[in-house]
Amino acid sequence: MLVELLIVFALMAAGLVLLAPDEYAGQFAAVLSLVPVGVSLWMYSVFDGTGNALLSGGQPAFETMASWITLGPYAINWHVGLDGVSMPLIVLTTILTTLAIVSAWTPIDERESQFYGLVLFMQAALIGVFSALDFLLWFVFWEAVLVPMYFLIGVWGGPRRKYAAIKFFVYTNVASLVMFVGFFTLVFGLGDSISTLGLPAIAQALNAGQLGSVAGFSPDVIKLAAFVALFFGFAVKVPVVPFHTWLPDAHVEAPTPVSVLLAGVLLKMGTYALLRFNFTMLADIARANATYIAIFAVVSVIYGALLALAQQDLKRIVAYSSISSMGYVILGLIAFTPHGVGGATFQMVSHGLISGLMFMAVGVIYNETHTRMIGDMSGMADRMPVTAGVFVAAAFGYMGLPLMSGFAAEVLVFMGAFESTTIPAAPLFTGIAMFGIVIVAGYLLRAMQKTLFGPFRLETDYDIGRAPLQDVAPLFVLLALVIALGVAPDLFYRMIQDAVFEVTALGLGGGA
Amino acid sequence: MIPLQTQSTLPDWAALAPAILLGLTALTLFLIDSIDPNDESPSLLAGVATLGSVLAMVVTGWYLVAGTGMPRTGGAIELFSGQLVVDGMSLFFTFIFTSVTALVTVASYDYLSGRPNQAEYYALVLLAATGMSVMASANSLATAFVALELSSLPSYGLVAYLKNDRGSVEAGLKYFLIGAVSSAVLAYGISLVYASSGALQLDAVAEALSMGIQNTGVLGVGILMVAGGFAFKTASVPFHFWAPEAYEGAPAPISGFLSSASKAAGFVLAFRVFVTAFPLEVVAGTIDWTLAFTVLALVTMTLGNFAAATQDKVKRMLAYSSIGHAGYALIGIAIVTGTANQGYALGASMLHLFVYGFMNTGAFLFVALVEYWGVGRTFEDYNGLAKQAPVACFAMTIFLFSLAGLPIGGGALSKWALLSATASAATLSAWLLAAALIVNSALSLFYYSRVVKAMWIEEPAGDFEVSSHPTGLYAAVVGAAIVTFLLLPAFGVVSGTAFDAAAALF
Repeated sequence: MLVELLIVFALMAAGLVLLAPDEYAGQFAAVLSLVPVGVSLWMYSVFDGTGNALLSGGQPAFETMASWITLGPYAINWHVGLDGVSMPLIVLTTILTTLAIVSAWTPIDERESQFYGLVLFMQAALIGVFSALDFLLWFVFWEAVLVPMYFLIGVWGGPRRKYAAIKFFVYTNVASLVMFVGFFTLVFGLGDSISTLGLPAIAQALNAGQLGSVAGFSPDVIKLAAFVALFFGFAVKVPVVPFHTWLPDAHVEAPTPVSVLLAGVLLKMGTYALLRFNFTMLADIARANATYIAIFAVVSVIYGALLALAQQDLKRIVAYSSISSMGYVILGLIAFTPHGVGGATFQMVSHGLISGLMFMAVGVIYNETHTRMIGDMSGMADRMPVTAGVFVAAAFGYMGLPLMSGFAAEVLVFMGAFESTTIPAAPLFTGIAMFGIVIVAGYLLRAMQKTLFGPFRLETDYDIGRAPLQDVAPLFVLLALVIALGVAPDLFYRMIQDAVFEVTALGLGGGA
Repeated sequence: MIPLQTQSTLPDWAALAPAILLGLTALTLFLIDSIDPNDESPSLLAGVATLGSVLAMVVTGWYLVAGTGMPRTGGAIELFSGQLVVDGMSLFFTFIFTSVTALVTVASYDYLSGRPNQAEYYALVLLAATGMSVMASANSLATAFVALELSSLPSYGLVAYLKNDRGSVEAGLKYFLIGAVSSAVLAYGISLVYASSGALQLDAVAEALSMGIQNTGVLGVGILMVAGGFAFKTASVPFHFWAPEAYEGAPAPISGFLSSASKAAGFVLAFRVFVTAFPLEVVAGTIDWTLAFTVLALVTMTLGNFAAATQDKVKRMLAYSSIGHAGYALIGIAIVTGTANQGYALGASMLHLFVYGFMNTGAFLFVALVEYWGVGRTFEDYNGLAKQAPVACFAMTIFLFSLAGLPIGGGALSKWALLSATASAATLSAWLLAAALIVNSALSLFYYSRVVKAMWIEEPAGDFEVSSHPTGLYAAVVGAAIVTFLLLPAFGVVSGTAFDAAAALF
């Protein structure tokens, strides 16, 4: 019942905060959001799930099931549970939500109660996405995330917020519906071998080769078509080049706390779903098309990094570098090695923390200077030494400095990809992808050098001083977590390994 | 056929109780009016009308729960030598009509305040609802036609109710003219079907046709014309021209009534007539009506949505979007082919119409509320409305996002049910329908969110004061919003009934 507790509490908190007066909404929301943090950490400490929740032998923790609706021949259940992949993402979600709320105290100065209410509503939906084990339930949460995000960008965003909000909205909705049709083709292809829309049942039936032909198409054709539809649906969310164009707009226009959640958690919905659907349910198709997927991954890594290199806006730099980092996740997943898939999952959490940290640091600078353009400022380290220090640390985390979580994640992904037998010419792909790190170092160092160091200069008329404690405190919490995970990746990596190990054996010789 | 007894305590005719209740309420309203024709106080009239429709709704709900006319209690109840039939499908749709009627009568209490001829208004609404519930039960082409007219004729008057408003009168005239033409088409189509089968009762038509079809051409044209007649009622292409004008010109509660209940009535008739009287395998040699419905669905949803996206008035946008939703609901009957799970497809359409009854009526009632306040009609006029009326705007947001298929209302689940039904058919035309549904969904997200954006994101443009909070309108809008939202978690309450009712038809 703990998962339900998290979701229901977040929803109730959202309702309470909506009704709270604007002056206290931020503090009230932060206090309320500490409860999910506490509950999720406690769940983490007593976590007893084993294996992958979708595969036979896997036993998710905190599992509950109740009958919800019957849709024709299918029983649809309220079915939630956590395994080693979802547990870390739940912890990430609750912690980042609280930090995003605190970091919003300074920049958000109108309609506060609505803002924090929507953030908490989104938290409820996100927890649902990562814990649902029934397709329709999962899809409800998946789509429900769009609604608060639309408002958060549209109401509190930058000058082009309305355009960015609707672009995000329409783009991801189309992708979701295409994915939905693809998935239901599989469901109907499975025919009588499933009686529920439970993800475990479907994953096991598919891996047992029970897919029949649909309307004269052979199972292989159906699988491939469904794989493409699902991949497209999730690739938009991740985003994978060339489906990424909504992301810079959404990020740049979104207020900083929303960017934190967007990059930190929402992008992970895409990679999480890729892992659950494309790489677990349709592992054989993924293996057969490993070359193309690896190309998608490497192109995202390099192209995203090159795009970041060309930007002048600090926020755009971080936004594009997220595309690059998500490319590593795809590369790790397609490697189908324990290190690869595990590293990719670890990278989801690690990138969530580091990109959140970067966005927050940029946000703190913006709160003081009201600009994010590299050319408008230099020598910020003079005036904001603490913020600048954190920014440097975050940038090194992004570049993969040892003892920070980014290092662990990237090393694992590269090791996994290098030793992969699924990707043809794996060392070549890995080598090219590793070159992405060099570009990352290039643009981050350039950005830091221009903005943080050198003589102080600022083109805007704001009197800047040290950032207030409430802005800086979340940075330190995140930095501590990044370092903690870098020093002891096993905090999460152990349970991730346990959950993804079976995935790496899927799709070999048509069954597992 | 031997009428089947369902409940030992109730005679068979009691199965028609909802329609009888609605009809009696209409007559009571006339009676009240004749006793005190100058009564300008609407409380009694609105109260009686609401009471009657709620009573009919409760009885329908009770029958649905008790399983009246469903396979588990002995199957469909046939009345008047099979002219009428009461089964799961007729009760399911009657529930939609009665609940929409209840919402509309509650909302009209405020909307009509100070206007003349209120007794006639309520009586016509109830008479139209009676006609709809008979449509849901019609089991022969003759009763189908009579019931369709019974629901259409009051509607013409209702659309033109605002006699001093040119838009309303013009809308009524246009509606009436197109209605008259399509009624003629339907009647002619029925006569052609009769010419080739010699029967009017639906199962008798199918039986006669299965013996061998003499003149395939005549029958084919007849079937197409019958489909055309239903297209008028459902506001589908090619008889949709009346809809934008009628919905825009009519009093907003009537727009909601027509676009939700009346549309659903057209669909239930189409479902029953085509599935029962013209089974595909029987009429295989003459016309593949699923193909016709596929084309109609594609054109209807695309045309409706594209037109809706280019409107600058909210009510007109809702009118076009209602054409788009007719296209969605047509999917259910368009993929009733051999490969698809037929009951599933039809059930999905029924569910969509059910949810649509609440969310669309609610959206139009919100427009009624805005008209009541005297705020303008364009998107810009809605700017910043949420600052003044957050509760109503919150309800409207639920309606609009639910209409767009986002999961903060039941509309998401019913749309997904339709989408998954296309996957079950997995034919080329089904894929086309799925693709069209996705594209149109995205488009609808764009124009529905324009209203949301205006209400919540934009700054108020003009000076207007929301001075009053009319109880009736608020109750109806908020009530519809609550039901729309509850249909998300409690979708299972209706989905089982819908799929069972649809499956029982085959």
